[in-house]
Order: sequence, then C-alpha cells, then structure tokens
Amino acid sequence: MIAFVIRRIIQSIIVIMVVGLVAFVMFRFVGDPVNQMVGLETSIADRELLREQLGLNQPLIVQYWHFISNAAQGDFGTSYQYRRPVSEILGERLPATLELALVSAIFAIAAGIPMGVYTALYRDSVLSNIFLTVSLIGISLPSFLVGILLIFIFSVHLQWLPSFGRGEVVDLGWWSTGLLTATGLKAIILPAITLGLFQMTLIMRLVRSEMMEVLRTDFVKFAKARGLKTRVVHFGHALKNTMIPVITITGLQFGSIIAFAIITETVFQWPGSGLLFLQAVQNVDVPIMAAYLLMIAFLFVLINLIVDVLYVVVDPRIRLEGS
Amino acid sequence: MSDVLLSVRDMVVDFPTRHGLLRAVDHVSFDLSRGEVLGLVGESGAGKSITGAAIIGLIEPPGHISGGTVHLDGSRIDNLGMEEMRRIRGKRVGMVFQDPLTSLNPLYTIAKQLIQTIRTHLDLTEKQARARAIGLLEEVGIPAADKRIDDYPHQFSGGMRQRVVIALALCAGPELIIADEPTTALDVSVQSQIIDVLKRMCAEHGTAVILITHDMGVIAEAADRVAVLYSGRIAEIGPVREVIKQAKHPYTKGLMRSIPTLTQTNDRLTQIPGTMPRITDRPEGCAFAPRCGHVMDICRSQQPATRSVGNCEVACHLETEGGAS
Amino acid sequence: MSTDYQTNEAKSLLRRVLDSDIWYSFKKSKVTMVAAGVALIIFLAALLAPLLAPHNPFDLASLSLMDSLLPPSWTGMGDPRYLLGTDDQGRDVLSTILYGSRISIAVGLASVAFAAVLGITLGLVAGYMGGAVDAVIMRVADVQLSFPAILIALLIDGTISGLTGGVNREETAFTVLVISIGLSFWVQYARTVRSSTLVERDKEYVQAARLIGLHPFLIMLRHVLPNVMGPVLVIATINLALAIITEATLSFLGVGMPSTQPSLGTMIRIGNDFLFSGEWWITLFPGALLAVLVLAVNLLGDWLRDALNPKLR
Repeated sequence: MIAFVIRRIIQSIIVIMVVGLVAFVMFRFVGDPVNQMVGLETSIADRELLREQLGLNQPLIVQYWHFISNAAQGDFGTSYQYRRPVSEILGERLPATLELALVSAIFAIAAGIPMGVYTALYRDSVLSNIFLTVSLIGISLPSFLVGILLIFIFSVHLQWLPSFGRGEVVDLGWWSTGLLTATGLKAIILPAITLGLFQMTLIMRLVRSEMMEVLRTDFVKFAKARGLKTRVVHFGHALKNTMIPVITITGLQFGSIIAFAIITETVFQWPGSGLLFLQAVQNVDVPIMAAYLLMIAFLFVLINLIVDVLYVVVDPRIRLEGS
Repeated sequence: MSDVLLSVRDMVVDFPTRHGLLRAVDHVSFDLSRGEVLGLVGESGAGKSITGAAIIGLIEPPGHISGGTVHLDGSRIDNLGMEEMRRIRGKRVGMVFQDPLTSLNPLYTIAKQLIQTIRTHLDLTEKQARARAIGLLEEVGIPAADKRIDDYPHQFSGGMRQRVVIALALCAGPELIIADEPTTALDVSVQSQIIDVLKRMCAEHGTAVILITHDMGVIAEAADRVAVLYSGRIAEIGPVREVIKQAKHPYTKGLMRSIPTLTQTNDRLTQIPGTMPRITDRPEGCAFAPRCGHVMDICRSQQPATRSVGNCEVACHLETEGGAS
Repeated sequence: MSTDYQTNEAKSLLRRVLDSDIWYSFKKSKVTMVAAGVALIIFLAALLAPLLAPHNPFDLASLSLMDSLLPPSWTGMGDPRYLLGTDDQGRDVLSTILYGSRISIAVGLASVAFAAVLGITLGLVAGYMGGAVDAVIMRVADVQLSFPAILIALLIDGTISGLTGGVNREETAFTVLVISIGLSFWVQYARTVRSSTLVERDKEYVQAARLIGLHPFLIMLRHVLPNVMGPVLVIATINLALAIITEATLSFLGVGMPSTQPSLGTMIRIGNDFLFSGEWWITLFPGALLAVLVLAVNLLGDWLRDALNPKLR
C-alpha cells in the first residue's frame, strides 16, 4: 500500500517534470523573452544586461532547473500582455474555472450515472433508446455549438438566462464565488450544461457498457440464483462493481473538463483561466501558456492521486494486496 | 412415487437467433427423488447447463422455455412470475456454478454475501444469520471459520472458494441443489474433495442434487442415477451402475469406452468418430445417427421414442426393434 | 514487390470483412445505411463545391456589401439569389457552406492521415526497437493521452505562430491546423501498432528475414500492417469525426482558418457575433451541417467498430 503510493508519487513527479520541460522549451524558445520585456528603444547593451539578470546566459539545464524551482514556488514570470506576475492573474481567474468545472462535473455525474444504469437494465425500452440517441447527438455536437444553441434558445429567444459573464460574485478571502448570489447561480446554468453535456454522455455510455458487462458475470448470475432481490442484485452487487472503472475514467475526465472549459469560457465570455489561456495563445503570451500547461498537469496529477486513493477504498483486492 | 421432489416433463428451451430458432433442449423429461443425486452428462453444447438453468428460471433472454412443465414437490414452477420464482431460488433450489473464482462478488466479504442471502430467505437477525453462516462454513470444512468469514473472496484459494460457494447455495436450506460443473475449474487434486463436501452436505441436509458434468468419473463417484444428454435430448437415463456396466444406447457405450479404467489396461481408449451436430443442423430422426455404428434406415427418418428397459429408459431404435445388434 | 504487398493487404482486409459478417450488419442496420448515404452526399457536395455552389465566395469582386446580412430567401425579406441568405460581407451562405465543408473535410482527412502515418511509424519503431526508445515514445504517449486533444492542438498552434511570428497566417493556416490536430491524435495508432509489433517481433520469419539480408523492419511492416488494418480503420473513422470537431473548434476560437477562407467553424464564429441582432442563419446553417456530418461519421465509426470488432480499449 505504501509502496503503491510512493510509486504513484514518483510517476507523478516524472509527468510534471516532462510537462515542465515542454513548458520550459516553449517559454525559452518561442519568442525571445527579452524582446518581449523591453521596448524598441532599448539599447543592445541594456538587452544583454537584462539577459544576464534573467539568467538566460547560463547553461540550459541550469535554466530549466531555475524554471522548475520558480514554478514550484508559484513564480511563472511576468505576462507579456498584462505586465503583471502570471501567478497573480491565474490566481484571480482560477476560482471561476474551478466552480464551473465542479458544477459541470456534478451535473455530468448526477445525470450520466442514472441514465447509464437505466439504459443497461432496460435495454430495449423507449426511454433507453431516447437516452442513447441523445447521447449520440451529445457526442457529435461540438461543445461550442451546444453553447451557441443554448444561448440562442434560452438567452435570445426565451430570455430566461444570461448569455455571458458570471453574474455577481462574492469574495471569500482570495476566492471569489458566484454560487452565493442569484445572478451568479443563473449565470452558471448554461455554461455548466454546455461543459458537462459531453462528459455526461461519456459517463452514461461508460456506465451502460460496464454495467452490461457486470450483469453478465458469474457472480451476478450466482446472486440471482441465490434468490436475492432484484434491487439488491442490480444496485448492491452490479452497480458497485461497475463503479470501479467509472471512478477512474470520471476522475480523469475532470482534468479534461477543466481544459474543455477553454471553449465554454470563450462562448460565454466566462472570466476564467481558459479564456485567459486562449487570449494568451492568440497573443503568444508564452509565460501564461506555460503556466497554464503546468497548472493543468498539476491538477491532472492531483486528480490521479485522488482517484487512486478512491480506488483503494472501493476495491479490497488492492487495499489488502500489501498486507 | 410420493417422494418425487422434482419432475420435469417434455421441457423444450428455444433461443431465437438470426438463423432461426435454436432448440437447445428438446423434450427432456426426468424425475428426481428427495435426497437423490442425479448426474446430467454430455458433451459441451448438449444442453446440460441450459436444462439446469431452465429449472430455476435463469435462462438468459431471448432464450425461453417454450414447452413442457416443471413441478417442484407437486406444484408447478415453470410458469411462476419473476417475484415468486425469486423466492424459490436459493430458498428451495440452490445453485453452484462452475468457476469459484468468478462466482463470488470480489467487493464484499464472505460474511456479507452469506448473511445477505440468509436474511433474504429466513427471518433471522443479523447476529443469528452470522452464527448460521459460521456454522455452514465449518460444515463445508473452512478452518477458523469465525475469523475467515470476514475475509474477501480473493483471500481464499480456488478449492476454499468453491466450499464457500457450496455454503452459499445451501445457506437457506434448499431441497434441491443444481451443481453446474462444480469441479471443472478446479485443480485435479481438490476436485474429489469438493465432490465429497457436496455429497456429504447434501446427505446430511437431505438435499437432492442435479450434478451437471462432462466427467463420467465424477458421476460414477457421486451420482445415484445418471441421464445422458445428446444434442438437447436424453439418450439414456438410469441407475449409475447399470448405465456404466450395461449401457444400452450406442452413444452411452461409446462414452463409457472412452473412460480410462484400471481393469481395462489392454484395451485402447476408443473415441467416438465424428462430432456432435450443432443444434442448428441437427439431422432428422436420431441425432446420433451420423456417428452411430449400428445405424439403420429408420434412424435417419424417425426420432426414436423413449422405452423402459429394466431400470433404465433409452431412446434408441435398437431397443424398439428388438435389439438387432 | 509493393503491388504484391498491397494485394496481400487487400486480401487480408477483404477476408476480415467477410469473416465479420460486415455486409450482413451493414444491410441490417438502417441507421448505418442512412449515415453512409448522408456522409457520401456531404463529401460529394464538398468535393464538387466549385460546380455546385451558385456563387464563388472567394471571388472578392463579386461580393457587394449591399447584399450583406440578407435573410434566407423563403423568409420573404431575402433575395432569391441567396437561398440561405448572406453573411456580413455579402457572401452567399449556401456557397460558403459548400466551400467551408470542403475545407473542414480536407483538414480532417489530412490530419487523420498525418496522425495515422506518424502513429503507425512510431508504434512500429517503439515495438521493434524496444528498450529506451520504446520507453520514451510510450511515456510521451501516456502523458499526452492524459491531456485533451484540443488543448494540445491549441498549444502547438500557439507555439507555431509564436515561432513564425504570426506572419502569412492565411497561407499557413491549413498546414498549421493539420500539424496541430495530427500531433494530438497519433497515440492510439501507436499503441495498437506497437502491441501488434511486439507479438510479431519474436516470430521466426523475422529472424529468417535477417539471415537472408532483408531489413527486418521492412518485413515487420509487411506483416504487422495487415494485422492492424481493422483497428486502424476504426480509429481513423472515429478520429475523422474528432478531427473535424477539433478543426471547427479551433477555427471557432479564432486560431484556425481565417475568415477569408472560412471553414464551417470559422463561419459559426462569424455568425456568433450576429446571433443577438437576429441574423441566426449565418451560424445555424453551418452549425447544422457540421453536426450532421460529424454524427454521420460517428455512426459509421460505431458500426465499423462493432462489425470489425477489433480489441479496442
């Protein structure tokens, strides 16, 4: 068990270092950091001085080490566009993205799992076919198109819900939340559905196929043969076993929810980190791009670790392996 | 015949497929007395497992029983609703599956699975159910049962798991156990132990057994009577000794010759030529005719009726035509 | 030599096709037949856009701002020359959609081909060389697989435009998109090909080939490729749908095709600005075509996966 955790942590560190290398290479070689920081009138001598100050004359491996150790302390350099520390800008934008991702994930799980279970248990029912058709459309519609359609229906036509922004936010220390105001809650509905729809169909299809697989296993047949109540067989025995792969994949999906937020945030002008990243890509603001990449990698690794822990809690075969 | 526990009459099981209806079980009839062990033997695909599953209503859809009756202790059970059938499963008819490695839910302790089953069928408290479960585990020969009951399935060996499966099948005190290839997936060294446990438990509890297997050795060791299935039909049924010593159906004879025994050291083991027809292209008349060494014209056109010969029943034209061998 | 190899490959594919009852399942599934029909129509329409389109949206001389933002002709307020209306520059929406789907499909096909070639090559190399090369390639694959393709495509796109200084955007947009999308989809091919290569590597014919002086790599290519044709075909079909979506998304986000050569995604982005002022047709028509196209390709991919039933994760 402890060996397992240590192995996982080492793997995570390797992932971060690899992504860090990519981020560093981008940071160092895409555009000249010095040119980005100074004006046209700066003399060559001043540029060289700055280059020295920034450590850009040192061997690359030393520069990489500086980059990584600075990043570990939350220092990602200065944004070319905003002329402010990247960590500060990212810190302001992150709560909006995380709230959106969280609400979307809850929506995806709360709708996806029951729909998946239902379609697995009642394979040929009308409702199952409707769910499956909707899921196919959900997978085929690009998420920006879903967002545009929702805006067209609920904002332009019905004028029920806002089409952009977060509504009013409340500051809780360094965290600003939109979940405590009426306008904030209203504003998050459409973006959350847009962002969560794809994940919902994914979870639904996954739960369905896993559940159908588990329903065919011997232990479910044996549970039925022992005369256990249908409800117990389906939800006690089958669903619990279904959840193991579902937890893994759903957990990993949370990382992609945050990345997919780039699109949703653009459609709804949601002031989060995804929108920030997109603007950075458009303006080749490399420090922000690099920092965003590292942040996603860190979140990914963190989620992976949480998923592993959950896995251990659910599955006794892993839990008892070491002991 | 008041001690007849189970009576299966003309049971037919069909599976609709895109090539048409597959008749997996074709007019199978047999009786089973209380406490009796009936072996069902045959090659894979002969319909043994489906017969077993059909009795307790566990045929996978779209398969279904499309003819015949099943009576348990005098009352008909093949036409019961799902909920009534569920109450019979586990409570009156238990089942043991082939592979103990996959028969148990890996995420629950043995205790949870036993107690859940016991309390589904018997009106006991958690504590009483646990005591009963520990008692059962001791009976099937699990050492330190009061401790091991809280272990997970993966912490047991294959043989031990099959003992747990037997305990689970017996835990509500059923009158009949259907054991579907209970030893096939096990090491040879533990196979006879498991057969012993099954035999002993059922004898002690007065439970009848339908023992489904392709292994005549297991039948010889454990069964009182044996039914030989060929291509979904019963070829021959009778007391084990008689069927083994004086098989009447050419298929049974061939089957017996293919078993190695200590006394027949000189004889070569013989194989029955050919293979069992797939149920999609079962020939008209006797299904065994294409492989039979005694085949007559009538065999190819007319399906043989079942005749009583001594204590046995045989479906073969040789018996009706006066034994022209 | 190479024709011999191609007939082998074709034979193996044909056998696989017949073994898996593929025609039976195709004829049985009405949905698949409809999807195939729809996909075929859209592909043909895109291919023949210059012949079918009533106007040439790239011919700047024919555009007139007088004709801009006209609604579809059946609404009564439009112009009969423009069946589906016009956009903000006076371009015929129907013609632009036809030309736009041409670009979308071309980017999709090119990036799938790029990803397949790259993935198959890296998979073969990883499987054949083993050791450190294998470890590096597969580790990169693992890390990349944990990031969504759209993020990787955005990063590559941003990097390329950073390196080129963003000049000649209009000329390079197509290539940049193909590279960005292709680089984000190679992993699945590589994994499939690698595992198949690992199986073949230790077989005797590979040793034998070495003895007669043939490069074992070429021999492996000949034997591994037919084995993985089925899975690769399925991955490619599903990836085509994903690639079209990714292209549309990048263009929608403003880092894809420029508005002078609009793909479907670019048109949706342009139209999005006019959604609130009531000019819905600029967005909704290309959006609908995009959705139908992707749905049809997805359905074909699903059917192909079930019919060929390769072991796919």
